[in-house]
Amino acid sequence: MLPSDPLLATVPGIGYDGAPAAPQFLLTEWSDTMGSKTPLFDKHNEAGARIVDFGGWDMPLHYGSQKEEHHAVRQKAGVFDVSHMTIVDLSGEKVRDFLRHLVANDVARLTEYGKALYTCMLNSAGGVIDDLIVYYLGDTRYRLVVNAATRDKDLAWIREQAVAFDVAVAERAELAMIAVQGPEARTLAAPCVAAEYRDAALALRPFFGMEAGDWFVARTGYTGEDGWEIVMPAADAPAVWDRLLAAGVAPCGLGARDTLRLEAAMNLYGTDMDETISPLEAGLGWTIAWEPEERRFIGRDALEKLRNSTDRRRFVGLLLEDKGVLRNHQKVVVEGVGEGEITSGGFSPTIGRSIALARVPAGDYEHAEVEVRGKLLKVRIVKTPFVRNGQIRIDV
Amino acid sequence: MSELPGDLLFTNEHEWLRREDDGSVSIGITEHAASALGDLVFVELPEVGQEVDEGGEMAVVESVKAASDVYAPIGGTVVAVNEELADDPEKINADPYGEGWIVRMEPGDTFDEDDLMSPDDYQAFLDELED
Repeated sequence: MLPSDPLLATVPGIGYDGAPAAPQFLLTEWSDTMGSKTPLFDKHNEAGARIVDFGGWDMPLHYGSQKEEHHAVRQKAGVFDVSHMTIVDLSGEKVRDFLRHLVANDVARLTEYGKALYTCMLNSAGGVIDDLIVYYLGDTRYRLVVNAATRDKDLAWIREQAVAFDVAVAERAELAMIAVQGPEARTLAAPCVAAEYRDAALALRPFFGMEAGDWFVARTGYTGEDGWEIVMPAADAPAVWDRLLAAGVAPCGLGARDTLRLEAAMNLYGTDMDETISPLEAGLGWTIAWEPEERRFIGRDALEKLRNSTDRRRFVGLLLEDKGVLRNHQKVVVEGVGEGEITSGGFSPTIGRSIALARVPAGDYEHAEVEVRGKLLKVRIVKTPFVRNGQIRIDV
Repeated sequence: MSELPGDLLFTNEHEWLRREDDGSVSIGITEHAASALGDLVFVELPEVGQEVDEGGEMAVVESVKAASDVYAPIGGTVVAVNEELADDPEKINADPYGEGWIVRMEPGDTFDEDDLMSPDDYQAFLDELED
């Protein structure tokens, strides 16, 4: 009964129930503000953040109420410090060929400046090393944003593969990154962007980015809402943060980031998939570019075998029909079919019910049960996302 | 944090107890515990009439981010549960020592108030945790 959650570890008597319920980012060992600090660390403390360790970084979990932060993003605007994420700039004459080899989605699809592509980077067994976003900045220039917790292995893998293509791999650790998300996010954040770039930034289509001087503004995010992710020199970040808060943008922590991405049915690396799971069993089949067949990206051979398999596990959304809360690693029981597991479970503040993502046995069925503290609770399989652009998208 | 009510006793497991006029004991979790757990979204309550051992599982509180067992600070029989928490678990966050009570128990023989902390002792215990 070790408290795996750093917060609960500070509340010794409130026992942890044994099921690893907390999101992956909470499962790291609690260390008392010993980790790396982003350029916004002091701002988090000023805003009353509860700081936790996340992959070696001291990051805000929430600033008082995770639920209110969640609602702020769905209804108005919130800002997240995502400076811990790893930005990698690639350059070289053969960088396009390199990326077509490195990742499962096809960067040949990127033909317009600034266009972004979500993809998995696979090992030769077809397992996911990481999921990432690629921005196309030119035929010899791409920007990657990869996860913080996987930084070391990602960089080692990318550098190893890059040698044969003579591609330069530059980590941009000196940059800060914030995500401003919500229906009013772009409007409220626009005054922060230098005047000469503001109109162009506001004109960005979804899933496009652009360089704006030494900033980079992209209409991307991890919440299911409209908004921007903005990369900037570290020295600019505190003033931008203050300005956003003064404009009524709510500071939001990793807790809200997790419930928002779960409602949007966006995968979390290390929880929904890892090096032992292929994108085909993590709901990410849509990110694999099978055509052209002659593009033999890393992991393709293994994926092709699994692609034709009839007992491939499904990756589905669940809505809890009974009272309670679904949590990571709880067992899913499908009568007469078999068992699966919840990969991300939690309470949906927007729906007011519990939802989950789960990997379950192959088969055609709509109902299942989940084992919660020895009891079987009823769940219904639903089409994801659960919530998008402020609207509930499932039948409740 | 607001001042601790003077008529309560506390455990080092961040639970509070109040001796009621009829001899029963109301039990809840402290403001410190509720705040650390965050917004509560679900409470699983015991059955009325259930016998609970000291240290046994008495209830489960679930916040947005995690589930936690609440262990019985004393042994006895559950005589009432706060049904309103089913629809409004956030009462525990809003009013942990009042409307956020969780169960009322008829204490067994082993109940000894000397094992529990006074408000001053619990405040000192909290202050120590902060350091």
